[in-house]
Amino acid sequence: MLLAVAIPILAKTVFPVNISPQTMMVFNAIEDLPDGSRILLSYDFDPASQGELLPMAQAFTRHCSIKGHKQYYMALWPLGSPMVDLSIDTIESEYPNLVYGEDYVKFDYKTGGEAVIRMITQDLRGMYELDSKGVSLDNIPMTKNIKNIQDMDLIINVSAGDPGTKQWVQFAATPFGITTVSGCTGVQAPQMYPYIPDQLAGVLGAIKAAAEYEAAIDEVYPSIASNPKAQEAKRRMGPQLVAHGLMVCLIILGNIIFFVSRKRGLA
Amino acid sequence: MDKSSEASKNSNTLIWGIIFIIGAIMLVWSMSTSRTGQVWVTPEQHAFTAGADGKYSATDTPSSEDIAWVTYNVVPDSELTQEVIDSGSATLSWSRTIGLWLAAIFTLFILSFLVGDNPAYKFAEAMVVGTSAGYVMVIGIWDVFVPLLLGKLAPGFVQTAFLPGMDASAGTQLLYIIPAILIIMLLFQLMPSGGWISRWPIAFFIGITAGYRMIGYVEADLVAQIKAAIVPLWVTGENGFVFWPSFNAVILTVATLSAMIYFFFSVEHKGLLGKTARVGIWFLMITFGASFGYTVMGRIALLAARLEFLFGDWLHFIPSS
Repeated sequence: MLLAVAIPILAKTVFPVNISPQTMMVFNAIEDLPDGSRILLSYDFDPASQGELLPMAQAFTRHCSIKGHKQYYMALWPLGSPMVDLSIDTIESEYPNLVYGEDYVKFDYKTGGEAVIRMITQDLRGMYELDSKGVSLDNIPMTKNIKNIQDMDLIINVSAGDPGTKQWVQFAATPFGITTVSGCTGVQAPQMYPYIPDQLAGVLGAIKAAAEYEAAIDEVYPSIASNPKAQEAKRRMGPQLVAHGLMVCLIILGNIIFFVSRKRGLA
Repeated sequence: MDKSSEASKNSNTLIWGIIFIIGAIMLVWSMSTSRTGQVWVTPEQHAFTAGADGKYSATDTPSSEDIAWVTYNVVPDSELTQEVIDSGSATLSWSRTIGLWLAAIFTLFILSFLVGDNPAYKFAEAMVVGTSAGYVMVIGIWDVFVPLLLGKLAPGFVQTAFLPGMDASAGTQLLYIIPAILIIMLLFQLMPSGGWISRWPIAFFIGITAGYRMIGYVEADLVAQIKAAIVPLWVTGENGFVFWPSFNAVILTVATLSAMIYFFFSVEHKGLLGKTARVGIWFLMITFGASFGYTVMGRIALLAARLEFLFGDWLHFIPSS
Protein backbone atom coordinates (compact mmCIF):
# COMPACT_ATOMS: atom_id res chain seq x y z
CA MET A 1 0.00 0.00 0.00
CA LEU A 2 2.89 2.31 0.85
CA LEU A 3 4.34 1.76 -2.61
CA ALA A 4 0.90 2.15 -4.23
CA VAL A 5 0.69 5.61 -2.69
CA ALA A 6 4.38 6.55 -3.04
CA ILE A 7 4.97 5.61 -6.68
CA PRO A 8 2.26 7.88 -8.19
CA ILE A 9 3.56 10.74 -6.03
CA LEU A 10 7.12 10.26 -7.25
CA ALA A 11 5.92 9.76 -10.82
CA LYS A 12 3.74 12.89 -10.47
CA THR A 13 0.80 10.97 -11.93
CA VAL A 14 -2.30 13.12 -12.39
CA PHE A 15 -5.53 11.70 -13.76
CA PRO A 16 -8.35 13.65 -15.39
CA VAL A 17 -11.15 14.64 -13.02
CA ASN A 18 -14.85 14.60 -13.87
CA ILE A 19 -16.83 17.22 -11.99
CA SER A 20 -19.92 15.84 -10.27
CA PRO A 21 -23.22 17.77 -9.92
CA GLN A 22 -22.74 17.79 -6.10
CA THR A 23 -19.44 19.63 -6.48
CA MET A 24 -21.01 22.07 -8.93
CA MET A 25 -23.64 22.90 -6.32
CA VAL A 26 -20.87 24.11 -3.99
CA PHE A 27 -19.03 25.87 -6.80
CA ASN A 28 -22.20 27.66 -7.94
CA ALA A 29 -23.10 28.68 -4.38
CA ILE A 30 -19.92 30.78 -4.32
CA GLU A 31 -19.75 31.65 -8.01
CA ASP A 32 -23.33 32.91 -8.30
CA LEU A 33 -22.96 35.40 -5.47
CA PRO A 34 -22.36 39.00 -6.59
CA ASP A 35 -18.70 40.03 -6.33
CA GLY A 36 -17.88 41.40 -2.92
CA SER A 37 -20.43 39.28 -1.05
CA ARG A 38 -19.83 38.50 2.61
CA ILE A 39 -18.65 34.96 3.28
CA LEU A 40 -17.94 33.45 6.68
CA LEU A 41 -15.35 30.67 6.55
CA SER A 42 -15.12 28.48 9.63
CA TYR A 43 -12.15 26.11 9.72
CA ASP A 44 -13.17 23.38 12.12
CA PHE A 45 -10.29 20.99 11.61
CA ASP A 46 -6.73 20.50 12.79
CA PRO A 47 -3.42 19.21 11.42
CA ALA A 48 -4.62 15.61 11.79
CA SER A 49 -7.03 16.24 8.89
CA GLN A 50 -4.84 18.73 7.06
CA GLY A 51 -3.95 16.32 4.25
CA GLU A 52 -7.61 15.75 3.47
CA LEU A 53 -9.15 19.16 4.13
CA LEU A 54 -6.51 21.83 3.54
CA PRO A 55 -6.63 21.49 -0.29
CA MET A 56 -10.36 22.23 -0.31
CA ALA A 57 -9.94 25.02 2.26
CA GLN A 58 -7.29 26.63 0.06
CA ALA A 59 -9.53 26.17 -2.99
CA PHE A 60 -12.34 27.97 -1.13
CA THR A 61 -9.92 30.79 -0.32
CA ARG A 62 -8.74 31.14 -3.91
CA HIS A 63 -12.28 31.04 -5.29
CA CYS A 64 -13.50 33.68 -2.81
CA SER A 65 -10.41 35.82 -3.42
CA ILE A 66 -10.65 35.81 -7.19
CA LYS A 67 -14.36 36.68 -6.91
CA GLY A 68 -13.49 39.54 -4.59
CA HIS A 69 -15.74 38.27 -1.83
CA LYS A 70 -15.29 39.62 1.70
CA GLN A 71 -13.85 36.75 3.73
CA TYR A 72 -14.44 36.40 7.48
CA TYR A 73 -12.30 33.60 8.92
CA MET A 74 -12.90 31.86 12.23
CA ALA A 75 -12.23 28.49 13.89
CA LEU A 76 -14.16 26.41 16.39
CA TRP A 77 -11.17 24.12 16.92
CA PRO A 78 -8.13 25.50 18.76
CA LEU A 79 -5.78 24.09 16.13
CA GLY A 80 -8.03 25.42 13.37
CA SER A 81 -6.58 28.87 13.89
CA PRO A 82 -3.17 27.94 12.39
CA MET A 83 -5.06 26.39 9.47
CA VAL A 84 -6.72 29.77 8.89
CA ASP A 85 -3.24 31.33 8.92
CA LEU A 86 -2.27 29.08 6.00
CA SER A 87 -5.18 30.45 3.97
CA ILE A 88 -4.26 33.99 4.91
CA ASP A 89 -0.70 33.25 3.77
CA THR A 90 -2.20 32.18 0.44
CA ILE A 91 -4.16 35.42 0.14
CA GLU A 92 -1.08 37.51 1.00
CA SER A 93 1.20 35.72 -1.47
CA GLU A 94 -1.21 35.15 -4.38
CA TYR A 95 -3.65 38.05 -4.06
CA PRO A 96 -1.52 40.97 -2.79
CA ASN A 97 -4.20 43.42 -3.97
CA LEU A 98 -6.50 42.21 -1.18
CA VAL A 99 -6.21 44.21 2.04
CA TYR A 100 -6.59 42.88 5.56
CA GLY A 101 -9.60 44.45 7.20
CA GLU A 102 -11.16 45.46 3.88
CA ASP A 103 -11.23 42.14 2.03
CA TYR A 104 -10.47 39.55 4.69
CA VAL A 105 -10.36 39.36 8.44
CA LYS A 106 -9.57 36.69 11.00
CA PHE A 107 -11.28 36.02 14.30
CA ASP A 108 -9.51 34.03 16.96
CA TYR A 109 -10.56 30.63 18.24
CA LYS A 110 -13.31 30.65 20.84
CA THR A 111 -14.28 27.67 22.92
CA GLY A 112 -17.85 26.47 23.13
CA GLY A 113 -18.66 24.94 19.74
CA GLU A 114 -22.40 25.27 19.21
CA ALA A 115 -22.60 27.95 21.92
CA VAL A 116 -20.27 30.14 19.83
CA ILE A 117 -22.43 29.60 16.74
CA ARG A 118 -25.58 30.32 18.73
CA MET A 119 -24.08 33.53 20.09
CA ILE A 120 -22.77 34.93 16.80
CA THR A 121 -26.08 34.32 15.05
CA GLN A 122 -27.44 36.94 17.46
CA ASP A 123 -24.51 39.14 18.43
CA LEU A 124 -21.09 38.90 16.78
CA ARG A 125 -19.47 41.30 19.24
CA GLY A 126 -20.72 39.29 22.17
CA MET A 127 -18.13 36.69 21.19
CA TYR A 128 -15.64 38.59 19.06
CA GLU A 129 -15.06 42.10 20.34
CA LEU A 130 -11.67 42.17 18.62
CA ASP A 131 -10.16 40.52 15.56
CA SER A 132 -7.10 38.29 15.82
CA LYS A 133 -4.80 41.32 15.68
CA GLY A 134 -6.52 42.89 18.68
CA VAL A 135 -8.36 45.58 16.69
CA SER A 136 -11.92 46.46 17.65
CA LEU A 137 -14.50 45.29 15.09
CA ASP A 138 -15.87 48.85 15.06
CA ASN A 139 -12.56 50.06 13.61
CA ILE A 140 -12.35 47.47 10.83
CA PRO A 141 -14.08 48.54 7.59
CA MET A 142 -15.49 45.11 6.75
CA THR A 143 -16.84 44.37 10.24
CA LYS A 144 -18.05 47.71 11.54
CA ASN A 145 -21.50 47.26 9.99
CA ILE A 146 -21.87 43.57 10.80
CA LYS A 147 -24.27 42.89 13.65
CA ASN A 148 -24.33 39.11 13.49
CA ILE A 149 -23.70 36.33 11.01
CA GLN A 150 -27.22 36.62 9.64
CA ASP A 151 -25.63 39.47 7.67
CA MET A 152 -23.48 36.92 5.82
CA ASP A 153 -24.41 35.85 2.30
CA LEU A 154 -22.84 32.43 2.71
CA ILE A 155 -21.20 30.25 5.35
CA ILE A 156 -18.44 27.90 4.27
CA ASN A 157 -17.57 25.28 6.85
CA VAL A 158 -14.54 23.03 6.52
CA SER A 159 -15.18 20.32 9.03
CA ALA A 160 -13.39 17.31 10.51
CA GLY A 161 -15.86 16.46 13.28
CA ASP A 162 -17.57 17.97 16.28
CA PRO A 163 -18.03 20.94 16.40
CA GLY A 164 -18.38 21.19 12.66
CA THR A 165 -20.88 21.06 9.85
CA LYS A 166 -23.57 19.36 11.92
CA GLN A 167 -23.51 22.19 14.46
CA TRP A 168 -23.55 24.85 11.72
CA VAL A 169 -26.60 23.15 10.22
CA GLN A 170 -28.30 22.86 13.59
CA PHE A 171 -27.64 26.34 14.91
CA ALA A 172 -27.18 28.60 11.86
CA ALA A 173 -28.41 27.09 8.60
CA THR A 174 -31.69 25.53 9.78
CA PRO A 175 -33.03 28.05 12.31
CA PHE A 176 -31.92 31.21 10.47
CA GLY A 177 -31.86 30.02 6.87
CA ILE A 178 -28.29 31.20 6.28
CA THR A 179 -27.03 29.57 3.08
CA THR A 180 -24.30 27.13 4.07
CA VAL A 181 -21.93 24.82 2.20
CA SER A 182 -19.61 22.28 3.71
CA GLY A 183 -16.30 20.68 2.91
CA CYS A 184 -15.87 17.70 5.17
CA THR A 185 -13.82 14.59 5.75
CA GLY A 186 -14.81 11.35 4.07
CA VAL A 187 -15.89 9.88 7.38
CA GLN A 188 -18.48 12.63 7.83
CA ALA A 189 -19.67 12.96 4.24
CA PRO A 190 -22.45 10.30 4.27
CA GLN A 191 -23.95 11.98 7.35
CA MET A 192 -24.04 15.36 5.62
CA TYR A 193 -25.68 14.44 2.30
CA PRO A 194 -29.21 14.20 3.81
CA TYR A 195 -29.00 17.93 4.59
CA ILE A 196 -28.85 18.75 0.85
CA PRO A 197 -30.50 20.84 -0.54
CA ASP A 198 -32.71 22.47 2.09
CA GLN A 199 -30.24 22.78 4.99
CA LEU A 200 -26.96 22.69 3.06
CA ALA A 201 -26.47 24.19 -0.39
CA GLY A 202 -23.78 21.63 -1.13
CA VAL A 203 -21.17 19.30 0.33
CA LEU A 204 -17.63 18.54 -0.76
CA GLY A 205 -16.89 15.07 0.56
CA ALA A 206 -13.21 14.28 1.05
CA ILE A 207 -10.28 14.72 -1.30
CA LYS A 208 -12.12 13.53 -4.42
CA ALA A 209 -14.65 16.34 -4.19
CA ALA A 210 -11.80 18.76 -3.45
CA ALA A 211 -10.11 17.67 -6.69
CA GLU A 212 -13.38 18.17 -8.57
CA TYR A 213 -13.77 21.61 -7.01
CA GLU A 214 -10.23 22.55 -8.08
CA ALA A 215 -11.06 21.36 -11.61
CA ALA A 216 -14.26 23.46 -11.62
CA ILE A 217 -12.30 26.55 -10.57
CA ASP A 218 -9.63 25.84 -13.20
CA GLU A 219 -12.27 25.69 -15.94
CA VAL A 220 -13.68 29.10 -15.10
CA TYR A 221 -10.45 30.76 -13.98
CA PRO A 222 -7.52 29.49 -16.11
CA SER A 223 -5.11 31.76 -14.21
CA ILE A 224 -5.51 29.51 -11.17
CA ALA A 225 -4.96 26.39 -13.29
CA SER A 226 -1.34 27.44 -13.90
CA ASN A 227 -0.62 27.60 -10.16
CA PRO A 228 0.81 24.22 -9.00
CA LYS A 229 -0.17 24.98 -5.41
CA ALA A 230 -3.81 25.16 -6.52
CA GLN A 231 -3.66 21.59 -7.87
CA GLU A 232 -2.95 19.85 -4.56
CA ALA A 233 -6.15 17.78 -4.40
CA LYS A 234 -5.93 16.77 -8.06
CA ARG A 235 -2.36 15.64 -7.45
CA ARG A 236 -3.49 13.46 -4.56
CA MET A 237 -6.03 11.63 -6.72
CA GLY A 238 -3.20 9.73 -8.45
CA PRO A 239 -2.24 7.85 -5.27
CA GLN A 240 -5.96 7.43 -4.52
CA LEU A 241 -6.65 5.67 -7.80
CA VAL A 242 -3.67 3.31 -7.57
CA ALA A 243 -4.28 2.52 -3.88
CA HIS A 244 -7.99 1.89 -4.44
CA GLY A 245 -7.17 -0.28 -7.46
CA LEU A 246 -4.82 -2.30 -5.28
CA MET A 247 -7.47 -2.66 -2.58
CA VAL A 248 -10.10 -3.83 -5.06
CA CYS A 249 -7.63 -6.38 -6.46
CA LEU A 250 -6.80 -7.62 -2.95
CA ILE A 251 -10.50 -7.92 -2.05
CA ILE A 252 -11.17 -9.93 -5.22
CA LEU A 253 -8.08 -12.07 -4.58
CA GLY A 254 -9.13 -12.65 -0.97
CA ASN A 255 -12.59 -13.74 -2.08
CA ILE A 256 -11.18 -16.09 -4.71
CA ILE A 257 -8.88 -17.67 -2.11
CA PHE A 258 -11.81 -17.97 0.31
CA PHE A 259 -14.11 -19.67 -2.20
CA VAL A 260 -11.37 -21.96 -3.51
CA SER A 261 -10.44 -22.93 0.07
CA ARG A 262 -14.09 -23.58 0.90
CA LYS A 263 -14.48 -25.73 -2.18
CA ARG A 264 -11.47 -27.76 -1.10
CA GLY A 265 -12.89 -28.02 2.38
CA LEU A 266 -10.16 -25.96 4.02
CA ALA A 267 -12.40 -23.19 5.32
CA MET B 1 5.79 -17.49 21.01
CA ASP B 2 5.57 -20.31 18.45
CA LYS B 3 8.12 -20.78 15.70
CA SER B 4 5.89 -19.54 12.85
CA SER B 5 5.05 -16.22 14.52
CA GLU B 6 8.70 -15.76 15.49
CA ALA B 7 9.77 -16.41 11.89
CA SER B 8 7.11 -13.95 10.69
CA LYS B 9 8.36 -11.31 13.11
CA ASN B 10 11.97 -11.88 12.02
CA SER B 11 11.04 -11.56 8.34
CA ASN B 12 9.10 -8.37 9.08
CA THR B 13 12.10 -6.94 10.91
CA LEU B 14 14.34 -7.92 8.00
CA ILE B 15 12.05 -6.27 5.43
CA TRP B 16 11.78 -3.08 7.43
CA GLY B 17 15.51 -3.11 8.11
CA ILE B 18 16.18 -3.29 4.38
CA ILE B 19 13.69 -0.47 3.71
CA PHE B 20 15.32 1.77 6.32
CA ILE B 21 18.85 1.00 4.99
CA ILE B 22 17.72 1.82 1.43
CA GLY B 23 16.10 4.99 2.76
CA ALA B 24 19.28 5.99 4.60
CA ILE B 25 21.40 5.42 1.48
CA MET B 26 18.97 7.49 -0.61
CA LEU B 27 19.07 10.23 2.01
CA VAL B 28 22.89 10.36 2.05
CA TRP B 29 22.97 10.33 -1.74
CA SER B 30 20.36 13.07 -1.94
CA MET B 31 22.15 15.23 0.65
CA SER B 32 25.45 14.92 -1.22
CA THR B 33 23.97 15.84 -4.60
CA SER B 34 21.30 18.41 -3.69
CA ARG B 35 20.05 20.72 -0.93
CA THR B 36 18.05 18.00 0.73
CA GLY B 37 16.63 18.97 4.09
CA GLN B 38 17.64 22.61 3.73
CA VAL B 39 15.34 25.62 3.81
CA TRP B 40 16.54 28.78 2.11
CA VAL B 41 14.82 32.09 2.63
CA THR B 42 14.83 35.62 1.29
CA PRO B 43 14.19 38.60 3.57
CA GLU B 44 11.31 41.00 2.86
CA GLN B 45 11.31 44.41 4.49
CA HIS B 46 8.06 45.99 5.69
CA ALA B 47 8.00 49.60 6.86
CA PHE B 48 5.27 52.09 7.63
CA THR B 49 5.62 55.77 8.34
CA ALA B 50 3.13 58.07 10.06
CA GLY B 51 1.70 60.92 8.00
CA ALA B 52 0.65 64.36 9.26
CA ASP B 53 -2.89 63.05 9.88
CA GLY B 54 -1.51 60.25 12.05
CA LYS B 55 -2.34 57.54 9.52
CA TYR B 56 0.37 55.08 8.53
CA SER B 57 1.44 54.41 4.96
CA ALA B 58 4.05 52.08 3.47
CA THR B 59 7.54 53.45 2.86
CA ASP B 60 10.65 52.01 1.18
CA THR B 61 13.08 54.14 3.18
CA PRO B 62 12.22 53.72 6.85
CA SER B 63 13.74 55.96 9.49
CA SER B 64 14.32 55.07 13.15
CA GLU B 65 10.92 56.57 14.08
CA ASP B 66 8.99 54.41 11.61
CA ILE B 67 7.57 50.97 12.27
CA ALA B 68 9.62 48.39 10.40
CA TRP B 69 10.04 44.64 10.45
CA VAL B 70 11.40 41.85 8.27
CA THR B 71 9.67 38.66 7.19
CA TYR B 72 11.40 35.72 5.52
CA ASN B 73 9.92 33.90 2.54
CA VAL B 74 10.93 30.37 1.61
CA VAL B 75 12.68 30.15 -1.77
CA PRO B 76 11.17 27.38 -3.94
CA ASP B 77 13.58 24.78 -5.35
CA SER B 78 12.99 26.01 -8.87
CA GLU B 79 14.23 29.51 -7.96
CA LEU B 80 17.14 28.48 -5.76
CA THR B 81 20.12 28.70 -8.11
CA GLN B 82 23.82 29.03 -7.28
CA GLU B 83 23.67 32.63 -8.52
CA VAL B 84 20.92 33.46 -6.03
CA ILE B 85 22.97 31.96 -3.20
CA ASP B 86 26.22 33.62 -4.28
CA SER B 87 24.51 37.00 -4.54
CA GLY B 88 23.48 36.72 -0.89
CA SER B 89 19.80 37.34 -1.57
CA ALA B 90 18.95 33.86 -0.25
CA THR B 91 20.26 32.59 3.07
CA LEU B 92 20.05 29.22 4.77
CA SER B 93 17.48 29.39 7.57
CA TRP B 94 18.79 27.21 10.36
CA SER B 95 15.64 27.47 12.46
CA ARG B 96 13.39 26.36 9.60
CA THR B 97 15.87 23.66 8.57
CA ILE B 98 15.85 22.21 12.07
CA GLY B 99 12.06 22.42 12.10
CA LEU B 100 11.89 20.59 8.77
CA TRP B 101 14.14 17.80 10.05
CA LEU B 102 12.13 17.48 13.23
CA ALA B 103 8.91 17.24 11.22
CA ALA B 104 10.43 14.59 8.96
CA ILE B 105 11.88 12.59 11.84
CA PHE B 106 8.61 12.68 13.79
CA THR B 107 6.69 11.61 10.67
CA LEU B 108 9.00 8.61 10.35
CA PHE B 109 8.67 7.90 14.08
CA ILE B 110 4.87 7.79 13.74
CA LEU B 111 5.06 5.65 10.60
CA SER B 112 7.38 3.26 12.47
CA PHE B 113 4.26 1.96 14.22
CA LEU B 114 3.77 -0.13 11.08
CA VAL B 115 6.68 -2.27 12.29
CA GLY B 116 5.13 -2.49 15.74
CA ASP B 117 4.86 -0.51 18.94
CA ASN B 118 8.30 0.94 19.70
CA PRO B 119 9.99 3.69 21.78
CA ALA B 120 10.32 6.04 18.79
CA TYR B 121 6.57 5.90 18.15
CA LYS B 122 5.78 6.34 21.84
CA PHE B 123 8.10 9.35 22.03
CA ALA B 124 6.48 10.99 18.99
CA GLU B 125 3.00 10.21 20.31
CA ALA B 126 3.83 11.76 23.69
CA MET B 127 5.28 14.83 21.97
CA VAL B 128 2.13 15.30 19.85
CA VAL B 129 -0.17 14.97 22.85
CA GLY B 130 2.01 17.19 25.05
CA THR B 131 2.54 19.98 22.55
CA SER B 132 -1.13 19.91 21.51
CA ALA B 133 -2.27 20.18 25.13
CA GLY B 134 0.19 23.01 25.81
CA TYR B 135 -0.82 24.86 22.65
CA VAL B 136 -4.53 24.50 23.38
CA MET B 137 -4.01 25.77 26.93
CA VAL B 138 -2.12 28.86 25.76
CA ILE B 139 -4.72 29.54 23.04
CA GLY B 140 -7.48 29.07 25.62
CA ILE B 141 -5.94 31.57 28.02
CA TRP B 142 -5.24 34.32 25.47
CA ASP B 143 -8.20 33.91 23.12
CA VAL B 144 -10.91 32.96 25.60
CA PHE B 145 -10.02 33.47 29.26
CA VAL B 146 -8.41 36.91 28.95
CA PRO B 147 -10.86 38.64 26.56
CA LEU B 148 -14.11 36.91 27.57
CA LEU B 149 -13.71 36.60 31.33
CA LEU B 150 -10.85 38.71 32.66
CA GLY B 151 -11.75 41.44 30.17
CA LYS B 152 -15.28 41.58 31.61
CA LEU B 153 -14.23 41.55 35.26
CA ALA B 154 -11.23 43.90 35.01
CA PRO B 155 -11.60 45.66 31.64
CA GLY B 156 -9.32 48.56 32.51
CA PHE B 157 -6.47 46.29 33.54
CA VAL B 158 -6.87 44.00 30.52
CA GLN B 159 -6.99 46.96 28.15
CA THR B 160 -3.85 48.47 29.65
CA ALA B 161 -1.88 45.25 30.04
CA PHE B 162 -2.95 42.96 27.18
CA LEU B 163 -5.56 44.22 24.72
CA PRO B 164 -5.25 47.94 23.91
CA GLY B 165 -7.91 47.61 21.19
CA MET B 166 -10.53 46.51 23.71
CA ASP B 167 -13.40 48.80 24.67
CA ALA B 168 -13.32 49.18 28.47
CA SER B 169 -16.06 51.80 28.67
CA ALA B 170 -18.69 49.27 29.80
CA GLY B 171 -16.84 48.84 33.09
CA THR B 172 -16.85 45.74 35.28
CA GLN B 173 -19.65 43.30 34.46
CA LEU B 174 -20.38 41.60 37.76
CA LEU B 175 -22.47 38.85 36.14
CA TYR B 176 -19.21 37.28 34.97
CA ILE B 177 -18.31 36.46 38.56
CA ILE B 178 -20.59 33.42 38.18
CA PRO B 179 -18.49 31.71 35.47
CA ALA B 180 -15.35 32.68 37.41
CA ILE B 181 -16.71 30.88 40.49
CA LEU B 182 -17.67 27.87 38.37
CA ILE B 183 -14.10 27.71 37.01
CA ILE B 184 -12.66 27.75 40.54
CA MET B 185 -15.14 25.05 41.58
CA LEU B 186 -14.05 22.96 38.60
CA LEU B 187 -10.43 23.11 39.77
CA PHE B 188 -11.42 21.26 42.94
CA GLN B 189 -11.23 18.13 40.77
CA LEU B 190 -7.46 18.37 41.25
CA MET B 191 -7.66 18.63 45.05
CA PRO B 192 -7.08 15.57 47.21
CA SER B 193 -10.42 16.21 48.91
CA GLY B 194 -13.50 18.24 47.98
CA GLY B 195 -13.72 16.74 44.52
CA TRP B 196 -17.52 16.76 44.85
CA ILE B 197 -17.47 20.55 44.50
CA SER B 198 -16.37 20.16 40.87
CA ARG B 199 -19.51 18.13 40.11
CA TRP B 200 -21.66 21.25 40.27
CA PRO B 201 -20.02 23.09 37.35
CA ILE B 202 -19.77 19.81 35.44
CA ALA B 203 -23.51 19.24 35.95
CA PHE B 204 -24.18 22.81 34.86
CA PHE B 205 -22.05 22.35 31.75
CA ILE B 206 -23.67 19.03 30.83
CA GLY B 207 -27.13 20.49 31.37
CA ILE B 208 -26.42 23.49 29.15
CA THR B 209 -24.91 21.28 26.45
CA ALA B 210 -27.83 18.84 26.56
CA GLY B 211 -30.31 21.71 26.30
CA TYR B 212 -28.48 23.28 23.38
CA ARG B 213 -28.13 20.01 21.53
CA MET B 214 -31.71 18.93 22.09
CA ILE B 215 -32.98 22.10 20.45
CA GLY B 216 -30.55 21.68 17.56
CA TYR B 217 -31.37 18.03 16.95
CA VAL B 218 -35.13 18.47 17.18
CA GLU B 219 -35.14 21.39 14.77
CA ALA B 220 -32.50 20.33 12.25
CA ASP B 221 -32.43 16.54 12.46
CA LEU B 222 -36.00 15.64 13.34
CA VAL B 223 -38.45 18.22 12.03
CA ALA B 224 -36.38 19.40 9.05
CA GLN B 225 -35.41 15.86 8.06
CA ILE B 226 -39.01 14.62 8.25
CA LYS B 227 -39.95 17.53 6.04
CA ALA B 228 -37.11 16.71 3.63
CA ALA B 229 -38.21 13.06 3.45
CA ILE B 230 -41.74 13.92 2.37
CA VAL B 231 -41.24 14.22 -1.38
CA PRO B 232 -43.49 13.67 -4.39
CA LEU B 233 -42.86 10.25 -5.96
CA TRP B 234 -44.09 11.38 -9.35
CA VAL B 235 -41.89 14.29 -10.38
CA THR B 236 -42.89 16.33 -13.40
CA GLY B 237 -40.99 18.99 -15.30
CA GLU B 238 -41.79 21.30 -18.19
CA ASN B 239 -42.11 18.30 -20.52
CA GLY B 240 -44.08 16.09 -18.16
CA PHE B 241 -42.77 13.12 -16.19
CA VAL B 242 -39.06 13.20 -15.21
CA PHE B 243 -37.62 9.76 -14.58
CA TRP B 244 -34.45 10.17 -12.46
CA PRO B 245 -35.80 12.59 -9.84
CA SER B 246 -38.85 10.31 -9.51
CA PHE B 247 -36.59 7.27 -9.18
CA ASN B 248 -34.49 9.02 -6.52
CA ALA B 249 -37.64 10.00 -4.62
CA VAL B 250 -38.88 6.38 -4.64
CA ILE B 251 -35.47 5.11 -3.45
CA LEU B 252 -35.40 7.75 -0.70
CA THR B 253 -38.86 6.78 0.52
CA VAL B 254 -38.29 3.02 0.36
CA ALA B 255 -34.87 3.29 2.04
CA THR B 256 -36.15 5.54 4.83
CA LEU B 257 -39.19 3.39 5.61
CA SER B 258 -37.45 0.03 5.35
CA ALA B 259 -34.48 1.13 7.49
CA MET B 260 -36.88 2.46 10.13
CA ILE B 261 -38.81 -0.81 10.11
CA TYR B 262 -35.57 -2.71 10.71
CA PHE B 263 -35.13 -0.79 13.98
CA PHE B 264 -38.73 -1.47 15.03
CA PHE B 265 -38.24 -4.39 17.41
CA SER B 266 -41.65 -4.41 19.13
CA VAL B 267 -42.97 -6.84 16.53
CA GLU B 268 -41.18 -9.99 15.38
CA HIS B 269 -39.57 -9.57 11.96
CA LYS B 270 -41.64 -12.13 10.04
CA GLY B 271 -43.62 -12.09 6.81
CA LEU B 272 -43.93 -8.72 5.03
CA LEU B 273 -42.37 -6.91 7.98
CA GLY B 274 -39.38 -9.27 7.94
CA LYS B 275 -38.88 -8.83 4.19
CA THR B 276 -39.10 -5.05 4.50
CA ALA B 277 -36.61 -5.11 7.37
CA ARG B 278 -34.33 -7.22 5.15
CA VAL B 279 -34.49 -4.51 2.48
CA GLY B 280 -33.68 -2.00 5.23
CA ILE B 281 -30.56 -4.00 6.14
CA TRP B 282 -29.41 -3.82 2.53
CA PHE B 283 -29.78 -0.05 2.49
CA LEU B 284 -27.93 0.19 5.81
CA MET B 285 -25.12 -1.99 4.48
CA ILE B 286 -24.81 0.16 1.37
CA THR B 287 -24.62 3.24 3.63
CA PHE B 288 -21.95 1.64 5.82
CA GLY B 289 -20.05 0.61 2.69
CA ALA B 290 -20.11 4.19 1.43
CA SER B 291 -18.86 5.38 4.83
CA PHE B 292 -16.08 2.81 4.80
CA GLY B 293 -15.07 3.76 1.26
CA TYR B 294 -14.96 7.43 2.20
CA THR B 295 -12.93 6.58 5.33
CA VAL B 296 -10.38 4.65 3.29
CA MET B 297 -10.15 7.57 0.87
CA GLY B 298 -9.52 9.92 3.79
CA ARG B 299 -6.78 7.76 5.27
CA ILE B 300 -5.02 7.40 1.91
CA ALA B 301 -5.20 11.18 1.47
CA LEU B 302 -3.49 11.65 4.84
CA LEU B 303 -0.74 9.17 3.91
CA ALA B 304 -0.29 10.85 0.52
CA ALA B 305 0.07 14.24 2.22
CA ARG B 306 2.82 12.97 4.55
CA LEU B 307 4.65 11.25 1.70
CA GLU B 308 4.41 14.43 -0.37
CA PHE B 309 6.01 16.26 2.54
CA LEU B 310 8.81 13.69 2.87
CA PHE B 311 9.49 13.43 -0.87
CA GLY B 312 8.99 17.13 -1.59
CA ASP B 313 9.82 19.47 1.27
CA TRP B 314 12.41 17.20 2.89
CA LEU B 315 14.08 15.05 0.22
CA HIS B 316 13.38 17.30 -2.78
CA PHE B 317 12.61 14.31 -5.03
CA ILE B 318 9.55 16.20 -6.25
CA PRO B 319 8.78 19.95 -6.21
CA SER B 320 7.89 20.95 -2.66
CA SER B 321 4.21 21.67 -2.00
